[in-house]
Amino acid sequence: MTVGDRTSLGRLLKLWLPLGVSLLFTLFPFYWMAITSLKPNQELYSRKVMPLIVHHPTLKHYADLFTETNFLEWTWNTFVVAVVSTAISLIFGAMLAYPLARIRFAGAALVSFAIAATYLVPQPLLFVPLADIINSLGLGDTLTSVILTYPTLLIPFCAWLLLGYFRTVPGELEDAARIDGASRLQTLVKIVLPLCGPGFISAGIFAFTLAQNEFLYALIFLTKTEVRTVPVGAISELVRGDVFYWGQLMAAALLGSVPVAIIYSFFVEHYVAGLTAGSVKG
Amino acid sequence: MTAPSLAQALSHRRPAFSLGRWFEQPNVFSWLMVTPPVLFLAALVGYPFFYGIWLSLMDRPVASEGTFIGFANYVQAWHDPVFWQVVLNTFVYTAVATLLKMFGGLGLALVMNQDFRFKNLTRALLLLPFIVPTVLSTIAWQWILDPAFSIVNWTLVALNLVSPPGPSWLGNPHLAMGALIVVNVWRGLPFYAITLLAGLQTISPELYEAATIDGATTWDRFRFVTLPLMKPVIFIVTMFSVIFTFADFQLIYVLTHGGPANATQVFATYAFDIAMTGGQFGQGAAIALTMVPPLALLILAMALYLRPDKTT
Repeated sequence: MTVGDRTSLGRLLKLWLPLGVSLLFTLFPFYWMAITSLKPNQELYSRKVMPLIVHHPTLKHYADLFTETNFLEWTWNTFVVAVVSTAISLIFGAMLAYPLARIRFAGAALVSFAIAATYLVPQPLLFVPLADIINSLGLGDTLTSVILTYPTLLIPFCAWLLLGYFRTVPGELEDAARIDGASRLQTLVKIVLPLCGPGFISAGIFAFTLAQNEFLYALIFLTKTEVRTVPVGAISELVRGDVFYWGQLMAAALLGSVPVAIIYSFFVEHYVAGLTAGSVKG
Repeated sequence: MTAPSLAQALSHRRPAFSLGRWFEQPNVFSWLMVTPPVLFLAALVGYPFFYGIWLSLMDRPVASEGTFIGFANYVQAWHDPVFWQVVLNTFVYTAVATLLKMFGGLGLALVMNQDFRFKNLTRALLLLPFIVPTVLSTIAWQWILDPAFSIVNWTLVALNLVSPPGPSWLGNPHLAMGALIVVNVWRGLPFYAITLLAGLQTISPELYEAATIDGATTWDRFRFVTLPLMKPVIFIVTMFSVIFTFADFQLIYVLTHGGPANATQVFATYAFDIAMTGGQFGQGAAIALTMVPPLALLILAMALYLRPDKTT
């Protein structure tokens, strides 16, 4: 670090001021979530007290959230759905990516075009026919409905990301194993996969956060409280008619964000690598 | 680490024609690998897409048999004034939000591209809006913009900038659109900034040194070194951003529900209202499908305009 110009006015204007404003804009909603969830109702709905700090903190909204709603069940559902659909997406993504990265085969161009096209199809294009299909299969109000549909959003991304990682494995390693008589499958499982751990972590984290974030399919397919995920549960059951339970809503928003934020904080570097891999390397 | 297994594999090798050999052929092995995921995607993306086109040609109230009516759903949308409002809203929302994210993101990436302490921590914090579930953070924004207890209005009143109670952010048609754009930018800007920052870091410092020796000013260096090299990255990020902003659902559904009086209704929320709330599956599918041509045109126009230079 250059100590000399750290205090200069130019550095203040070019670095700290824009950075500070950006951080304030970015983080304020989280601060507001946190303090709202800790305020008693009389403080929340009063115009007289200064709202930027908590004067009489209380955990009542959290207690209500756990006792009066199925928040824990929603959290568990969200977690199960995210983990299972991430696992499916990683396996299918790797099955698509490996041949595309390593083997010249007839129809490879067609497969990669199909992956790109699937990636670019936005969800709102498909929800009407999917709702009809899910209903006629009798899968409405089951976690299976979202476990089956979430991977369609995640597989193209996982395949794209893993493709890049598979290509970084030196071809000589695979050639050597093949010359020694290993089958293609053995080469993949014993040579390539162990070298691509970081790729699977990046793709997995990204898929997991996307699955936690999904709302449209969950809103349409899951209408019973015991199968709901956190976003759908919060929107459907903490807003009753025109009444918003702001304290509980903010507590739910904060608690619903915490698992993603914790996992993210452990794997920030992998996440950023995944985020930027497609656009920078591609 | 692999030696024993390779020895095993060798000792098991059979000289004659075998199933194992057949598996090893590039085409056979590759298609055995890609077929399960391809079938999965065909069943849950390809089939619904074409089934959606078929649905859009039907009069199909929910939970009853449909009747084929040709293009009547599209004709009905064409004569529906709300539909044209939806088209306009979607374009305004997409264009303004994307431009703000593009310039803001590039600016923030340039700021972040300097050396400073706690850079990694700052980057991690700036990405938070992008990773936290959108619905949950949008609920927080709804409370920030609440008609009676908005913290924004409290601040404006405290600073004597407006008289109490202050503007109704989500109740006024123009302010509601503005509020949606701000929240969309809040969520999407980090993605731009961090991805563009990664792009900036791949530019060799020698290029800047060479330009400086040739007498280039800061602006020249940005204009003739940074920008041309960043074009491919900007293009890809913008393409993703445009597609997902154009088809945005959750942010608008939570914050305004398309209101007041359809002032913020976009394709996705309108299709949802008609198909799910109104129970008209055929009409809803048609509205959703009308997104395809403008989206395709938008992507094409951008591809032509931002096309990476051939000479690299």
